[in-house]
Amino acid sequence: MKRSSAPIFWSMFGAGGLLSALVGPALVYLTGIAAPLSWGVPLDLMSYPRMLAFAQHWAGKAVVFLVVALFLWHAAHRIYHTLHDLGLHSKALGQWIVYGPSALLTAWLAWALLSIGF
Amino acid sequence: MSAETRTMGKRRPYRRAMDGWWTRNPFFVRYMIREWTAVLVAAYALVLLVGAVRLAQGEAAYSAWFESMKSPFALAFHWVTLAVFLYHTWSWFEIMPRTMPAIFVGGKRLARGVITAAGIAAALACCAIVLALALGGGR
Amino acid sequence: MAEGDRSPGASIEVEVLRYRPEQDSEPFYQSFTVPYAEDLSVLQALQHIKDDLDSTLSFRWSCRMAICGSCGLMINGIPKLGCRTFLREYYPGRVRVGPLNHFPIERDLVVDIEDFVGKLEKIHPYIIPREPRTLDQGEYLQTPRQLQRYLQFSNCINCTLCYAACPQYGLDPAFLGPGITALLHRYNADSRDGGQAKRAAIMHAEDGVWGCTAVSYCSEVCPKAVDPANAINQNKMASAMDYFLRFVKPGGARK
Ligand code: SF4
Ligand code: FES
Repeated sequence: MKRSSAPIFWSMFGAGGLLSALVGPALVYLTGIAAPLSWGVPLDLMSYPRMLAFAQHWAGKAVVFLVVALFLWHAAHRIYHTLHDLGLHSKALGQWIVYGPSALLTAWLAWALLSIGF
Repeated sequence: MSAETRTMGKRRPYRRAMDGWWTRNPFFVRYMIREWTAVLVAAYALVLLVGAVRLAQGEAAYSAWFESMKSPFALAFHWVTLAVFLYHTWSWFEIMPRTMPAIFVGGKRLARGVITAAGIAAALACCAIVLALALGGGR
Repeated sequence: MAEGDRSPGASIEVEVLRYRPEQDSEPFYQSFTVPYAEDLSVLQALQHIKDDLDSTLSFRWSCRMAICGSCGLMINGIPKLGCRTFLREYYPGRVRVGPLNHFPIERDLVVDIEDFVGKLEKIHPYIIPREPRTLDQGEYLQTPRQLQRYLQFSNCINCTLCYAACPQYGLDPAFLGPGITALLHRYNADSRDGGQAKRAAIMHAEDGVWGCTAVSYCSEVCPKAVDPANAINQNKMASAMDYFLRFVKPGGARK
């Protein structure tokens, strides 16, 4: 019986699911609502210099990378299973359709963060 | 004994189709909603990813991106996403007692509701910390 | 419920899915009117039909007390034991009875559970002693705490309601499924058992615990509070740990 490779994707699904459950609402509210509307947040909360400084720090890079990549892989794993639930029988095809783009997007994210510099 | 010799000629097992299975039970509908929250989680991750890319491209690109976050469409999207994330938080901890090993306290299995409540309390605390850091700290 | 509901002569409509492979090309619902009383179970309604209305109706039952696990049915679309589901839960509405979902229909309400039994045989569903003992060494001792780790999972009566509740099993019958995984875990979690390695390959496979998407309806319908979803999902964690740590663990790499 062949061992499943699911643990790799499932671990990222679980980590991303937990992270998004714990801090997701606050992040969405801050970046998507409070900051654009300047609702009770410092006016420069998401200004270019401040975000640049954040993303130049190694810790800031790590936070951005973990949040974006784990959210992405959490969602990817669920979408992969949902495709199967809705009748896509080939698990291999589903994995290519969903994990393929996720891997590319993760690489793009890493490239962006690295090119921001330290 | 092979399956053939054991079974008589009249056997004709009938297999039922699974099409639309999730519409047949409210429990499955809720399961599907839980799974579909992933679409907006992915969309939100994409928004942040584009922000990071724009940030790497310099001030003009980043400012244009942040300006686009103020459009009514972007705001509406984020309100919906916020609602979906809240649902995700609730559903994540609602299923948690089923997914983790049982915890025994004083010889009794910890009730599902207690685990769910503890998870949601943890989420509230984490969100409060993130908000506090963004609003106060860093200044 | 109004007093009059219990009046002699009250009746209830029971629709039963019929399928007679030698004459029906596909299943169809047949309606029967059976006498109603508050303390009559759905199983008793079926027995009334078979005894007094249509002796060709086929269904399984034995103990009538929710322990043999043979009377599983879809009752108004939900997997339940016929012997512990009462007509009063539906009266004065009608009751719709069908064979358990996700299994091939053999005849009327009887499903083919060969697949379930085959899987049960494969998981070594018995204690494989961790350390063999002779009779004069006495019994295997177990503390209440050790008992607690598996007790709930040992309450399974093999009724297969959880399989009828599991869309993943319906979509892909190769999936090991809830009840069998609960039993697999029941033995793995027993302090007297040392057979974990024998059951590992089945558990770690794509069709083992990884076929589950935590729908968890299985645990909702289980008549014995086994919580099979818990058995599966805590073993995902165990299986993932084993996946990542297998090379560093003492004992080395198991495939
Ligand atoms: S786990 Fe529960 S529902 Fe499943 S076969 Fe066992 S007793 Fe029945
Ligand atoms: S007849 Fe035995 S469980 Fe219902």
